[in-house]
Amino acid sequence: MKVHEYQAKEVLARYGVAVPRGQLVTEADQARAAAEALGGRVVVKAQIHAGGRGKGGGVKLAADPKEAVELANEILGMTLVTKQTGPEGRLVRRVLIEEALPIERELYLGIVLDRSEGFPVMMASKFGGMEIEEVAASNPNAILKAHFDPDTGLHPYLARKLAFGLELTGDAFKSGISFMNALARAYGDTDASLFEINPLVVTTDGRVIALDAKASFDDSAMFRHKDILEMRDLDEEEPLEVEASKYDLNYIKLDGNIGCMVNGAGLAMATMDIIKHYGGEPANFLDVGGNASQERVAAAFRVLLSDPSVRGVLVNIFGGIVRCDMVARGVVAAAEEVELSVPLVVRLEGTNVEEGRRVLAESGLNLTVGEGMADAAEKVVAAVGRTS
Amino acid sequence: MSIWVDSNTKVLVQGLTGKEGRFHASKCSEYGTKIVAGVTPGKAGQEIDGVPIFNTVEDAVTATSANASLIFVPPPFAADAILEAADAGVELVVCITEGIPARDMIRVQRIIQGLPTRLIGGNCPGIITPGQAKLGIMPGHISIPGPIGVVSRSGTLTYEAIGQLTALGLGQSTCIGIGGDALPGTNFIDCLEAFAADYDTEGIVMIGEIGGTAEEEAAEFVTQFVRKPVVAFVAGQTAPPGRRMGHAGAIISGGKGTAADKIAALGAAGIAVAKTPAEIGTTMKRALENQSLID
Repeated sequence: MKVHEYQAKEVLARYGVAVPRGQLVTEADQARAAAEALGGRVVVKAQIHAGGRGKGGGVKLAADPKEAVELANEILGMTLVTKQTGPEGRLVRRVLIEEALPIERELYLGIVLDRSEGFPVMMASKFGGMEIEEVAASNPNAILKAHFDPDTGLHPYLARKLAFGLELTGDAFKSGISFMNALARAYGDTDASLFEINPLVVTTDGRVIALDAKASFDDSAMFRHKDILEMRDLDEEEPLEVEASKYDLNYIKLDGNIGCMVNGAGLAMATMDIIKHYGGEPANFLDVGGNASQERVAAAFRVLLSDPSVRGVLVNIFGGIVRCDMVARGVVAAAEEVELSVPLVVRLEGTNVEEGRRVLAESGLNLTVGEGMADAAEKVVAAVGRTS
Repeated sequence: MSIWVDSNTKVLVQGLTGKEGRFHASKCSEYGTKIVAGVTPGKAGQEIDGVPIFNTVEDAVTATSANASLIFVPPPFAADAILEAADAGVELVVCITEGIPARDMIRVQRIIQGLPTRLIGGNCPGIITPGQAKLGIMPGHISIPGPIGVVSRSGTLTYEAIGQLTALGLGQSTCIGIGGDALPGTNFIDCLEAFAADYDTEGIVMIGEIGGTAEEEAAEFVTQFVRKPVVAFVAGQTAPPGRRMGHAGAIISGGKGTAADKIAALGAAGIAVAKTPAEIGTTMKRALENQSLID
């Protein structure tokens, strides 16, 4: 689960991670009081769940409270286009007003799970502001790494290793070490899956502060972090994905025109792959899950058909736990309810497949039966027309 | 022969009194698996479908000599259930539970590292040795005994592959779903190593997906240690970066974990990679034929 920058900083601050003083505003007028309280010279930052905000014009420096209001006015309500938002951009609904800091150096600090090692890894680099992937590609030795066990935190010698590697000295060395310790503790305690502090800045007076902060949390652990779960911003998510999540469906909207409904994430990805192989483009990833009920199948069908770009539908079910007859009934119920008007290809295999096929045949629905994945994919692509 | 489970495996089920646990345990039992005990704290003395329930795994092991555990405990308690089984000396723990927090799995892996327990999962369909035992939720009827070992990060895509193999008359020695989480207890290499050493396994099907670098590491292992034909498929060739495709572990992030990288690494290791998910069975068949030409 992703959160906004201001929320990430709020969470980090609870653990003693140094962040700039700031205030969130949703209306431009509020920026004046915020800027005055923060010393006049402030940074106005658009809050959306996408990186590259600065280059897109969503982060600006205001010399005084009056300019802060002007900039907030300009940024609030704008559709911010960055390399991560796609060409349609994202509407800015809130801005963070932050104190402008006297910056001496810009560094990078991040934490992710290193699957190969089975532990989180803290990564540091002297090249703040740059994407860590770019640094990794061009100069892998420039990334310092320290693995840690969330149960014990970052060992002091590892924090020192990173601080020396970042060439921190004097007050900044001490400040950097306490920053790293706090960040590691926050990562473990909040069940984070990603922290990225880019840039991490060293101020002219030797403080180490998170100028920006990006955080994602482990969806599976949110049951024990109700406070973080409340930070979820549905405005930042695809409306159909929000709708799907109400039914525990795994739905991801894509750019193609063939709607897919599949049981199991691996098979769902493989179904997208085979559609593409035959020259079509999947409109979505949709996993109805291992123990889908008839209602859930019907909901899945409604969700994928509410995408206006869908020109045909492929249902691919390998019934293990899920019974094919139950899936068939869900499909029939939903197709009748939404008055299905696009070609439908159904491939059923596994438990109760005969009964499932009978339900489909007797439904009077205009559908095509696929014999195996390849046949089903070919048929739906033929019905919709090749896109590549 | 087979790996890890056979007709002698004695299974206890953690969470047998729950709806899912009871349903799937009965299916395993119908398949012929020896289900000897259930564990649900506070329910000792009860019976579910003729299987005695114990309060602790330790009690169940003492009373029944169970040597494997199948876990259907809800996600907040699953890690603890795994540790309980490992602490009681259970050799094989299969955790079906989906949605275990990554942090819990970090702790589990650190603790069981030094113990003789093998953990499969979480978030996995389990393991089946056709005709002998099934510890999991996969349909039993699609498998037949034979010479192909199957290992996969997926659930239903594994069934798809097994179904294709069976349709071609290629039976399976053992099929393992290692699960779609970021930190699975058993990885590809563990399975490849076991299949390579198993006399009855003549070919190996490996089904990967986007995210992480497990397939690349497996490819490296195959290059060095596996002399049997290996066939692979990687799901998610069309997945967009930065989006988690259902499984916690299936995400392309930071430019890593793409299907293209994995397919390239597998190909470089001499592994025949099926172009589409519909060709997994035929690719294995061809690989075996090529092998017999060499032999």
